[in-house]
Amino acid sequence: MFESLSERLNLTFKKLKGQGKLSEANMKEGLREVRLALLEADVHYKVAKDFIDRVKERSLGQEVLASLTPAQQVIKIVQEELTGLMGGSRQDLNLAGRPPVAIMLAGLQGSGKTTTAGKLALYLKEKNFRPGLVPADVYRPAAIDQLQKVGGVAGVEVYPSDPKINPVALCLSAMEWGKQNGLNPLILDTAGRLHIDQALMTELKQIKEQVRPNEILLVADAMTGQDAVNVAQKFNEWLELSGVILTKMEGDARGGAALSIKSVIQKPIKFIGVGEKLEALEPFHPDRMASRILGMGDVLSLIEKAQLHFDEKQAIELEKKIRKETFTLDDFKDQLKQIKKLGSLEQMIQMIPGINRVKGLKDMKPDEKELIRTEAIINSMTPEERRSYQLINGSRRRRIAKGSGTTVQDVNKMLKNFEQMQKMLKQFSKGGRKALQRGHLPF
Amino acid sequence: MKLKWFSPKGSEDDDHQSETVIEEKEVLLDSEELNGNKKGFFFRLKERLAKTRETLITRLDRLVLGKKEIDEDLLEELEEILITSDLGVMTTQALIDSVQQKVKRKELDNPERLKEFLQQEIHRFLDVPGKLIDFSQKPFIILVIGVNGVGKTTTIGKLAGRFQREGKKVLMVAGDTFRAAAGEQLEIWAERSGAEIIRQKEVSDPSAVVFDAVKAAKAREMDIVLIDTAGRLHTRVNLMEELKKIRRVIQKEIPDGPHKTLLILDATMGQNAISQARIFHEAMEINGIILTKLDGTAKGGIIVGICNELKIPIEYIGIGEKADDLQPFNPDEFVRALF
Repeated sequence: MFESLSERLNLTFKKLKGQGKLSEANMKEGLREVRLALLEADVHYKVAKDFIDRVKERSLGQEVLASLTPAQQVIKIVQEELTGLMGGSRQDLNLAGRPPVAIMLAGLQGSGKTTTAGKLALYLKEKNFRPGLVPADVYRPAAIDQLQKVGGVAGVEVYPSDPKINPVALCLSAMEWGKQNGLNPLILDTAGRLHIDQALMTELKQIKEQVRPNEILLVADAMTGQDAVNVAQKFNEWLELSGVILTKMEGDARGGAALSIKSVIQKPIKFIGVGEKLEALEPFHPDRMASRILGMGDVLSLIEKAQLHFDEKQAIELEKKIRKETFTLDDFKDQLKQIKKLGSLEQMIQMIPGINRVKGLKDMKPDEKELIRTEAIINSMTPEERRSYQLINGSRRRRIAKGSGTTVQDVNKMLKNFEQMQKMLKQFSKGGRKALQRGHLPF
Repeated sequence: MKLKWFSPKGSEDDDHQSETVIEEKEVLLDSEELNGNKKGFFFRLKERLAKTRETLITRLDRLVLGKKEIDEDLLEELEEILITSDLGVMTTQALIDSVQQKVKRKELDNPERLKEFLQQEIHRFLDVPGKLIDFSQKPFIILVIGVNGVGKTTTIGKLAGRFQREGKKVLMVAGDTFRAAAGEQLEIWAERSGAEIIRQKEVSDPSAVVFDAVKAAKAREMDIVLIDTAGRLHTRVNLMEELKKIRRVIQKEIPDGPHKTLLILDATMGQNAISQARIFHEAMEINGIILTKLDGTAKGGIIVGICNELKIPIEYIGIGEKADDLQPFNPDEFVRALF
């Protein structure tokens, strides 16, 4: 997601090593790099400029603390500023009020409103709400069908919208439907529209005035360029947004839109979409995101996710093993199974601190098939081999490859990966012991 | 026969465009008489690009107004203008570097001439020759790819309508078996355009759908096959493999297919569009780009960088939601409309 930005910042600040005091001269190149990195990440020009000015102001003339290198000190300042820019602390949905309350989603075409509506419904369902989905997009062909199908997958009631009815009236009668069926909250999926389309924006405003939703969320694509600011501003002028959901964050978009939108309209980013599956919606934590941008990892989110899906006992067991460094291929297999439950492995890896600097892991692109292959390879090993992989010599490798329908190269690769992982775990058990003790880090 | 509608410029194409305009006027008379909105396409293109032109031109004019020389400040302001038009850091620096060089060599000292020079440069970046495709064989296979939400299905609907109007036999293929109701959406477009459609149940293997469709297209002697695919982020390795498989499957039936691999890009996108184009190109050898959603305030400046870096021509631009809001891209016109 933000890797490229954090990489560049790291590289730039490396040059600052060994300098005693931060001065205009030694900061200049670094700040220029930061600025270019921000611009390349699609941060709005003005926002980037302000940001650099603030960082400069705070950094200049500072004595470098004894415990920090100058680079670390600048990173600390940049991180604090980034966190501030993205909205300080996390803000949750406001669902107080007489049920049913409405959550209205609005945005440009193709920003991912319908998918996000489904994700949000599933998220709320898991929090023990009984949400209802209201397809209010009567314009795009088959949009109503799409939400109905998404609702089916999420196991959530969907209002049977009639595409011939005006969206304002449609939303009103949907509210009545929600009340009668004891559904709360109702998620209104409106049609995608351009922020300069007067007629359609007026329609949204009417829906807002009639339905009085608790939340009006702008669904915005993380890949948007400099225009993100214009779009957000216009939607905010018309509707007075209560927050933003950023979608498609799992790609390599550097997400400068996130920084810009927040700092220009001063409305919090509440969720981010990180995949095509309905589970792929995460609460947005500005502080954690700042760490992620700087390549400092996001252990907290990782732990939360893991806690949600992992078996407590197994985790404690595993933790012991990691600590004692007796993590075997069998444990690895169990972990793979668990990881599959969590969704994309790639995302998980990105949350690990320092991952950008571990050679060979940064570009590792695990896919579902590789997980299956790896499992097959482990399944073809004897219990003894699984306990100590050092046993596995050439002829054993050939046997395993045959047994699992893979090649010797695959087996070699898998073993090498496992070895690397063990090394990494050793580093964790030394470095991140606190996190491990509290959070039962899953692998 | 030469494939007229893929040539970005040339007299043949001009003839054809004027034909389309007449047709469109008729369509518009039917559908928009109520609004009293009878505008020709070029008028609408100009109107819609007006926003872009306005900001760029007025800011450029204001920038050079009363300035005697091209100095650091001027260049910095120029940088801001270009960056906020989404031209990107790389292209912006390339443009500014060439301005600086010109200044150094004393070939450009007058701020007034700066505008002219920029116009030339941007045009040079955009002017990637589109390949004229000589197709003697039917069917002509067009594969449409892109990330989620850029408007692939809508664009295919518009393309189908366009080709149908030209009297071609068009087959649409619902290769997006992943997104809920993508097939239904394409079916509605098929009804509107009168094109044929091949669709199988959801969650079936897209390659299987495409294979059947290509076979059917041969049997039914279709002129053009438009294949829709599921939106996918270019970073998803396995989904990119799925695309390659679709291509292999096409090649089983038609060895030189797909004849066109079109990447759909969204004008609101920022720098990520370059990474998309790059990675999709690496995997699928794109030979054409369609830029959609140019009707907003987004400037679509990103295409300048993409054309420059990857040398892939822009074939069409989308400037609205109506069936005929898709038109061939012409670098000359685009730059002229921009300035």
